[in-house]
Amino acid sequence: MTTGALVRVPPRARRGEVVEITAMAAHPMETGLRPGADGRLVARNIVHTFTCRYDGAEVFRAELHPAVTANPYFAFTTVATRSGPLEFRWEDERGEVIVATATIVVE
Amino acid sequence: MTPPPPGPRRGALRSIVSIASLALLPPAGATPATLSAAIAAFTGGVAPTEGGMRLEVPELVENGNSVPLRVSVDSPMTEAAHVRRIAVFNEKNPQPQVAVFRLGPRSGVARVGTRMRMADSQRIVAVAELSDGSFRQHAVDVIVTLAACIETEGGG
Repeated sequence: MTTGALVRVPPRARRGEVVEITAMAAHPMETGLRPGADGRLVARNIVHTFTCRYDGAEVFRAELHPAVTANPYFAFTTVATRSGPLEFRWEDERGEVIVATATIVVE
Repeated sequence: MTPPPPGPRRGALRSIVSIASLALLPPAGATPATLSAAIAAFTGGVAPTEGGMRLEVPELVENGNSVPLRVSVDSPMTEAAHVRRIAVFNEKNPQPQVAVFRLGPRSGVARVGTRMRMADSQRIVAVAELSDGSFRQHAVDVIVTLAACIETEGGG
């Protein structure tokens, strides 16, 4: 399985500014309804949870169902509070975890 | 005149046809009833009100494999008054739920975006839970010309 994530966070922001974040991870989001090359159904395995932590707390969480596309994409916002890392985490039903971080400088 | 009883050949043909249609038959999907039930499970039976929020999704979609959507809710997003959760539901995919997003005062504004699969033309409903325990909703009917594939290889 490919693992990779692409997150976009503004590198700089003013304190109190609302910043938009986008995050996407490489994941097939297998629904369990799709036959593979051998004609048998490919086992279900979706990313069930995505979270973003920033400045000591979870600021966004998504609970997903198979209707979310492969390579799940999210756009959301957070208030720039202090400089530091944002931690992103995708967890799938086989227990695999994709993580990514991005740093924001708050002035 | 009575038609001749089906011979072994016709019986074989019929079972081939039924196997083929079984293979192509999508699993029992969501319906307006399962959609309402899923929304009621999310709201705990509270009826959402219309207005004060917006679901943005194209009304005509060429490719159901990836449909962008955006939900925004009018809210000051303060400790006292904010959106706790936004959920998206559909009417005709195999399951009625799409995703649930958890927000809070640190979101600054109540706005989320994602991409979803659509197995058919159908109604999409976004429901928001506010910190005072009330719910709002906005529904959009979407026409899909190429459905997300659940029977074939690739992308679905």
